[in-house]
Amino acid sequence: MSRVPVLRHGRYVIEIRELTKRYGPAVAVDGLTFDVAPGRVTGFLGPNGAGKSTTMRMLLGLDHPSGGRALLGGRPYRELREPLRIVGALLEARSTHGGRTAYHHLLWLAATNRIPRRRVDEVLGLVGLESAAGKRAGTFSLGMSQRLGIAAALLGDPEIVLLDEPVNGLDPEGVRWIRTLMKDLAAEGRTVLVSSHLMSEMAITADHLIVIGQGRLLADTTVDEFVAASRRGHVRVSTPEADRLAALLDGRAVTVRRVDGALEITGMEAGAVGAVAGANGIALDELSTRSSSLEDAFLELTAGSTEYSSRPQAEEVR
Amino acid sequence: MSVSNSPFAVLHGEWIKIRTVRSTLLSLAVAVVASVGLGILNGSSVRSALDAKSDMVRPDFDPINSGFVGVQFGQLALIAFGVLLVCSEYTSGTVRAALGAVPGRGLLYAGKITVAALVALAVAAVTVLIAFVATQRALGPYGVTLGQGESVRAVVGAPLYLALLCLLAVGVGMMLRSSALALTVMFVFVFVLSPVASSVPGLREVARYLPDQAGAQIMKVGAQADPVVGPVAGLLILLAWTVAALAGGYAVLARRDA
Repeated sequence: MSRVPVLRHGRYVIEIRELTKRYGPAVAVDGLTFDVAPGRVTGFLGPNGAGKSTTMRMLLGLDHPSGGRALLGGRPYRELREPLRIVGALLEARSTHGGRTAYHHLLWLAATNRIPRRRVDEVLGLVGLESAAGKRAGTFSLGMSQRLGIAAALLGDPEIVLLDEPVNGLDPEGVRWIRTLMKDLAAEGRTVLVSSHLMSEMAITADHLIVIGQGRLLADTTVDEFVAASRRGHVRVSTPEADRLAALLDGRAVTVRRVDGALEITGMEAGAVGAVAGANGIALDELSTRSSSLEDAFLELTAGSTEYSSRPQAEEVR
Repeated sequence: MSVSNSPFAVLHGEWIKIRTVRSTLLSLAVAVVASVGLGILNGSSVRSALDAKSDMVRPDFDPINSGFVGVQFGQLALIAFGVLLVCSEYTSGTVRAALGAVPGRGLLYAGKITVAALVALAVAAVTVLIAFVATQRALGPYGVTLGQGESVRAVVGAPLYLALLCLLAVGVGMMLRSSALALTVMFVFVFVLSPVASSVPGLREVARYLPDQAGAQIMKVGAQADPVVGPVAGLLILLAWTVAALAGGYAVLARRDA
């Protein structure tokens, strides 16, 4: 089948605008705005409960937004004719009847969107479930269920693929399979949005990152930029004359934080800090370089920091 | 460019869903077996009572009414079929896949109702016919042949009653979204509330307009028939209840998150 995106709306395929979801007084998604471009894997990252699944469900028209819009090619999901041919989705929650066979599950889905029957066999082969086609979905392991979910998502050879936590519960071989699959789909020019709460997983698979926390956009950046920013690390200094050293460093392009009586300095090499101390006769008890891991950077970010926000979204990110 | 799935494609999908899950097929099989089996049992016991000139036989005995005694039990299986059809989609999460494939909620619901109605009507027609003929056979010399008296009206009308009751269950299931809750509500209503209400003198005037009481008039003849609510009016009253339940189901489907 042809693989030229026809849904592109400007540069982007998916547009989320001021999307909000409230459950009574609780706000699950809070004025979220971002775009997803085709031809790359976009990671949708955030801790559990950040609002990723809710955003995905609103994008699919399953949940009604309290405000804002979620558009695919400029249109809401509900206005797509035969949506499986345009958008394929794997949701985190189960969406198969345990009493129905894998083949029949795909068959009824195909029928509703007038997808030919042979495509059911094709996707079963694609996800490696040919031999389990006649087995009831209720007997499937988590890994097999995920594969069936992926088969359903790919049924209509969609231009947009949405995967909510696809590697959850998969064995290493399954994880590798999904990573390769996502990259291949993106390489074919498709739009791939994949959610995860694992930074390390996104660092491997994604090209672009949308990071959210408590329903708000925290970062919209490339993975390379995010990794570079998080690798900066800091210099840790212990000295009896912490106040004097901090005052000396003040005014330079550095950030100084006090942690347990020590100073944590970002934006300056350990050697340079030592030189400043030496030139001013400040004795140091400790001088070391600490590099923060990607995971630390993510946790720090989602805990409320907006340091890595590369787009001016001041009204949403506070 | 139309903004919805092809209605035929939606019907096709719903039809595949119905025929590929064992529990729905099982509830249909139970409807047939219970209706026919209990009809025959009732017919033969009435026959022996009549042979023995027992006073156990109700004074207003009419073989046409006896032909539907089994169906009164079989209807519970059709109610279960209607409830399971919608509620199992919520418990299994299939509804998310269904709305992903057919985002037009009204279209999806209409497709489900149409397929449920056709299947229920077909199964009910076969069930009623077999149950009626088998019961008359069991009654032996006391039975009637199909075509005598008002038997044709009753045998043609009873499947309509059963199909409407099944759709009422679809509407209730859609509103409640839980098999356990919807089955309890429907069974308690049909088996307890409605019969009790119709035997309490003060409530009888109101109870005759309840969906099952009114609808069942299509199967009643002679002294057992309600002189106030006739067979056709009764069916229309049931139709009104069914439309209301289906509309309630749609309101829930359209407004709530899936």
